[in-house]
Amino acid sequence: MLTKRIIPCLDVKEGRVVKGIQFLNLVDAGDPVELARFYDKAGADELVFLDISASHEGRDTMVEVVERVAAELAIPFTVGGGINKLEDMKRVLRAGADKVSVNTAAILRPELISEGSDYFGAQCIVVAIDAKYDEELGSWRVYTHGGRKPTQWEVTEWAQEAVKRGAGEILLTSMDKDGEKSGFNLALTKAVSEAVTVPVIASGGAGNADHFYDAFTEGKADAGLAASIFHYKDTSIGELKSELQKLGVSVR
Amino acid sequence: MIGIIDYGMGNLHSVCSALKRIEQPYILSGNPEELYETDGLLLPGVGSFKDAMNELKETGLIDFIKKETENGKPLIGICLGMQLLFEESTENGLTKGLGLLPGRVDRFSGVTAEGKAYKVPHMGWNNLHFLQEDQPLLKGLDEGYVYFVHSFVVQTDDRNVLAAAAQYEDVEVPAVVGRDHIMGTQFHPEKSSETGMGMLKNFCRFVEEGKQR
Repeated sequence: MLTKRIIPCLDVKEGRVVKGIQFLNLVDAGDPVELARFYDKAGADELVFLDISASHEGRDTMVEVVERVAAELAIPFTVGGGINKLEDMKRVLRAGADKVSVNTAAILRPELISEGSDYFGAQCIVVAIDAKYDEELGSWRVYTHGGRKPTQWEVTEWAQEAVKRGAGEILLTSMDKDGEKSGFNLALTKAVSEAVTVPVIASGGAGNADHFYDAFTEGKADAGLAASIFHYKDTSIGELKSELQKLGVSVR
Repeated sequence: MIGIIDYGMGNLHSVCSALKRIEQPYILSGNPEELYETDGLLLPGVGSFKDAMNELKETGLIDFIKKETENGKPLIGICLGMQLLFEESTENGLTKGLGLLPGRVDRFSGVTAEGKAYKVPHMGWNNLHFLQEDQPLLKGLDEGYVYFVHSFVVQTDDRNVLAAAAQYEDVEVPAVVGRDHIMGTQFHPEKSSETGMGMLKNFCRFVEEGKQR
């Protein structure tokens, strides 16, 4: 039986892992390679590296870190941040990443998704979406530039468009919940998961095992992503998985 | 010495670093003359079946692979590389494969027989059921979890080539296949933690043993 995946996310800035509360206050939380090794051993199903400095300042993703991580890791990992063109995808995937995630660049130029998908296959292309509830829209609006700029896209419409263009997976972050540790945004996760045919990774708001349980059941997510609860050792992946297993969720 | 067949498809870095981690000597080459000198072949692959067969054809590797396997050289196909071992695929139009194993490759339907929709690709960690425990790749290993990413799946009437399977919705996914010295894994052993690395080690051991025979 296919298991639900637990994915620690490492937000990387200038070669160090950081995690901001609602994208703002950045706190240094360790070395990416060290953490990758730790999470692999701890039972993480995948890892995501997001170069958060890159999308702000147009900086290139650190290929060197990717190479070092790839040499150590026997689980898949995704790299995002600063992926603006096919060349950027090639560079990161050739350095050893298994998938790339695109966010702002895909909104600005949706062809980027199909270019990557045609070249590497859909399984390599993750479309990351940052969404925030919008009263006027009566739904969740997609934001770009690390959550700073609103777009015209309603979240399920954009997710469907991304999949139509060749996205193999959606990494969905709730900006309302991010960093709050009060649980994933279940309504948002469910809406997107039901709207697309590809796996959806829920992100933003994880605080404990119940939150993951809810995301996998009510939210219909295929995977759950978190950063701070793992980095600061609030919860170990082993403990989280055994809790989930007790609740009847199939995990590795 | 393992020869990783480089025909321009997909990410070879992860396979290379996996062999490095288990200290297995290898070369990465698309040149039949160089690959001829190796003791076993590894056929990786990510991308579409049709593109892969076209690349293999253009580089003269189809004839090379057929001849070498006829002569008994061990071959492992990984992911798309495993699918290529079979007779044909319907990906982007019907395309002939290497025909080393009986069966064809079709897309997951995305709907169960009861009409329940499921997600395609089959992506993530799924557990294996061993059907032939003495298959060389499975020797000494327990039925563990391995990492799959694929939208197409092998269908075969010949159960003798199925060494291990995984269940995805109502589909029995051929996960480890093989006949004699020709074998393959639908999942990525190099990304499948200890179980996957164990299978790569088993393949390398099989190649070594073959050399002594």
